[in-house]
Amino acid sequence: MSHIEIRDVSLVYDTPAGRVTGLQNARFDIAQSEFLCIVGPSGCGKSTLLNIIAGFLPPSGGEIRIGGKAVSGHGMDRGIVFQDFAQLFPWRTALGNVVFGLEMKGMPKPEREEIALQQLRLVKLEKFVRAYPHHLSGGMQQRVAIARALAYNPAVLLMDEPFAALDALTRDDMQRLLADVWRETRKTVIYVTHNVAEAVYLADRVVVMTPHPGTVKTEIAIKLPRPRDPLSVEFLDYQKELLRHLGEQANAAEQAA
Amino acid sequence: MTASSDRTVSLRRAAITVVIAAGLYEAFARSGAFPPALLPTLPTIARRLFDMIADGSMLHHVLYTLYRMLFGFGLAIVFALPLGILMGRYRPVERFVLPLASALMPIPSLAWVPVFILWFGLGNTVSVLIVFYAAMFPLLLNAWSGVRSINQIWLRAAGAMGADERALFWKVIIPGTSPFIITGLRQAFLRAWIAVVGAEMLAASDWGLGWVIYDAKEFLNTDVMMASLAVIGCIGFMFERVVFGSLERATVLRWGMMRMAKS
Repeated sequence: MSHIEIRDVSLVYDTPAGRVTGLQNARFDIAQSEFLCIVGPSGCGKSTLLNIIAGFLPPSGGEIRIGGKAVSGHGMDRGIVFQDFAQLFPWRTALGNVVFGLEMKGMPKPEREEIALQQLRLVKLEKFVRAYPHHLSGGMQQRVAIARALAYNPAVLLMDEPFAALDALTRDDMQRLLADVWRETRKTVIYVTHNVAEAVYLADRVVVMTPHPGTVKTEIAIKLPRPRDPLSVEFLDYQKELLRHLGEQANAAEQAA
Repeated sequence: MTASSDRTVSLRRAAITVVIAAGLYEAFARSGAFPPALLPTLPTIARRLFDMIADGSMLHHVLYTLYRMLFGFGLAIVFALPLGILMGRYRPVERFVLPLASALMPIPSLAWVPVFILWFGLGNTVSVLIVFYAAMFPLLLNAWSGVRSINQIWLRAAGAMGADERALFWKVIIPGTSPFIITGLRQAFLRAWIAVVGAEMLAASDWGLGWVIYDAKEFLNTDVMMASLAVIGCIGFMFERVVFGSLERATVLRWGMMRMAKS
């Protein structure tokens, strides 16, 4: 059975320029422990869709079901990592940030710190447990954010371009690290990105979205063994295929204009 | 440069400023422009200050003033900080409180003294209430602005991790607005300190720094007045630098939410 079902989810909103359809009838499923990437140009509604799945935005139509139950609002079955480094609480240490969700659950201090330490070890930050976020690099801050989202053990991890603001070398490291973390935790991951290579490296399956209005164009399963080699011919073929789907969209938009 | 040598340098600079200012005052006092009874020299003031400290009267005045100030200041914190935060978070509260605050804020706190004396009589109550009034608005406005400018992503992240409204208040909004709250505390303290001395001049009897200055005027005891003024300045300086300085170093500076100015 599918773990998450996205059923004809739409979002319409009013702007001073009139009604805008941000998202139109998005429909796909995600299996348990699947790593799903949503790829598309800016304005295609991919972040909007993630925010709806996270429960920050109510959809105008359709529904999201997780484990067979319709969801509304946010819940602790979903952990979230944003793009913005500022998502960490600057007044809490790395450890203090990671324990936050467990603290909200009412778990006693020794237990929650034990779990948080495990999570920080998982993202290789055991040496920076007591550091405040402003003393950590961008990549380290994003690792703390991942540990924080995993700490309260949600079934689903939602990630909104978490590495987009990092330099290329750090991003490669972070992708490897995330692939390792996913292998160990077997979470269901929904990962939004506009970076095609990133999607091919991480995903079991890629959902391609197109803008104006935001719709799901196609789905492509990435059938490559892990760990993946970004320089292999097959890897580049998948990249080309994705770019072709995205490029067709760009051409169509040009012709329409 | 290390923090400790920074501090030595800034202390030395402050000392130079004080010595020059004191020299200018002393030269003026000895110039004969005013009779010595009206403008006492520094040694006279120092001697008087020493006497007042030695006989315990200065300590008594200081304690009375601090008691009134801290009482009123504490009340203002308990009342205005939560109210300011509620204003920033809930539109109806903002709509109700803001016009009231805007109308009351421009009224100088000391203008209330005669009214309060009629209501409550001479004594501590008036001074405490005046301090409360003076300290309330900077706290209210800063908390209100702080909540409205809080990084939304913190609220989203905390909400996603299961924080309820109460946890959001204590664990996200209060620390998240701390730069504003500390600024509010500083401004509120300054206003409170000015207000307490003023209120004591008009409404206190027998004790308090404001009262002792006002009382000394009757007997032309300018040395008492100057000594008390010096004490008022010193205590204000101590609060500003020591209390609020440490608070800032222990919180927003440590968290990187505020930075030191460039040297």
